[in-house]
Amino acid sequence: MRVVLSNRSGVPIYEQIKQQVRQAILEGELRADDLLPSIRGLAQDLRVSVITTTRAYRDLEEEGFVVNVQGKGCYVLPRDEALAREDALRKVEDCLAEAIKTARRCGITRAEVAETLDLLWSEDI
Amino acid sequence: MKGAAMTEALAVVGLTKRYPEFLLDGVNITIPTGYVMGFVGPNGAGKTTTLKAILGIVKPDAGVVRLFGGPAGAAAVNQRVGVVMDNPYYPEGWTARDVGEMAGLFYERWSAPGFARQLDQFGISATKKISELSRGMRVKLQLAVALSHGADLLVLDEPTSGLDPVARDELRNMLHDFVADEAHTVLFSTHITQDLERTADYITLLFDGRVVFSGELEALSNSYLRVSGDVDRLTPADRADIIGYRARGGVFEGMVPADKAAALPPDLLTEAVTIDEIVVYLSQAKEPSHV
Repeated sequence: MRVVLSNRSGVPIYEQIKQQVRQAILEGELRADDLLPSIRGLAQDLRVSVITTTRAYRDLEEEGFVVNVQGKGCYVLPRDEALAREDALRKVEDCLAEAIKTARRCGITRAEVAETLDLLWSEDI
Repeated sequence: MKGAAMTEALAVVGLTKRYPEFLLDGVNITIPTGYVMGFVGPNGAGKTTTLKAILGIVKPDAGVVRLFGGPAGAAAVNQRVGVVMDNPYYPEGWTARDVGEMAGLFYERWSAPGFARQLDQFGISATKKISELSRGMRVKLQLAVALSHGADLLVLDEPTSGLDPVARDELRNMLHDFVADEAHTVLFSTHITQDLERTADYITLLFDGRVVFSGELEALSNSYLRVSGDVDRLTPADRADIIGYRARGGVFEGMVPADKAAALPPDLLTEAVTIDEIVVYLSQAKEPSHV
C-alpha cells in the first residue's frame, strides 16, 4: 500500500490517509489480517504528525475497516462485500452523472449516450 | 515508562515572571510523552523566556515547571533534555570536537561514536570552529550534541529561522525521525508556522505573555474561520465578533470564532484559516480573546 499525500488539495491529511487505506481495503489490495504500518512508523514515513496517523487509524477502526490489537498493531478486518459493492456502485454513479451532465450541456441525446455505453462495454477496456 | 506520572514529558503550570517592561502571565503548557509541540507567537510574546524557564535558566516568580516529573534545572532532568538555542552556548573559539569532548564530560549517556556519526551526517568537520559555522550548521551542531547524549526531550528555540527551505526540510525530517521513538518529545518555538503544519501534534499560542491557545493543532485550525466581504453587510454586533477586523475599499477581512460564524450574514466569504492568519489577526486585535 502506498499513501500519496497532497499538500494543496484542501483535504485534511488524516482524511487523505483514511481514504487511501479504505480504498486499498475495498479494492482488495489490503486483505483481511494484513497488518497496517505502525502509527509512528507511518507518521515517520509520511512526515506527518503522530496525531494525524492516530486519527486516521481511529476513524478506520470506528468505520469497521480495521481493528487495533493492543500492543500488536492495526489489522485489516475481513472485507464487507456488500459495502465494497456499494462503494463501487457509487463510483459508477458519479462517473455516469458526470457523463450525463456533459451530454446535456452539449446537446447529446440519451440514445447516443446509451449507444456509446454499449459500445464501450463491448470493448476490452 | 513508570505509571501515569511519566505520560507527561513536560508540564508548565502557572508560570509567571515579572520584568520591568514585560509580564509572563500564568503560562500553562503540557506535552504528553512522544509528541511534538509547536510554540508560536510574535516576537516579544515571551517564548524565549518561557523556554529558558523550562530549561531552568530563568527562575520563575510563580508557578512550576516539571520535566519527566522532576523540577526544571535538576541535574537528572538536564541529562535528558537536548537544547537547540538561537545561538549555541559554546565559546566561539571551540571546535566541534571540543564541544563533543566537553559534552562527554557532562552527559552520562554520551556516545562519542554517535557524535562522530552525527557530525559526519550533517557535514560538519570536527576541526571547524564555532565562529566558522553558518547559522544552519550551528543548529545542526547543537542537534548533533542532543542526539548523541540520548535526550528524551528536545527544546528548540527558533531552530528554523534564518535557514533556507532545504535546511528547514532536513530539520523537520530529523524531528519526525526523533519522535518515531515513542519515548521522545519535542518542544519548538517558531514564527515560520509552515514548519508546524505537518509536523506538530500540538500548538501553544503565546501573546503578550499569555497563552491564548494550547491544544491539538487541528483544534486550533477548527476554532476560527477567516471571513471577508462587503462592509455594508455587517451589523455593529457582527463586527464586534470579528477578530483583527480591517477594511479597505469597502471590503473587510478578519476571523471569527467558529461558533459565531453561523450568525453572520450568509453572503460573506468564510473559509479555513491558516496558523499565520490566526497569529496576524490576533495580533491586530487589541485584546486577544481567549479560545
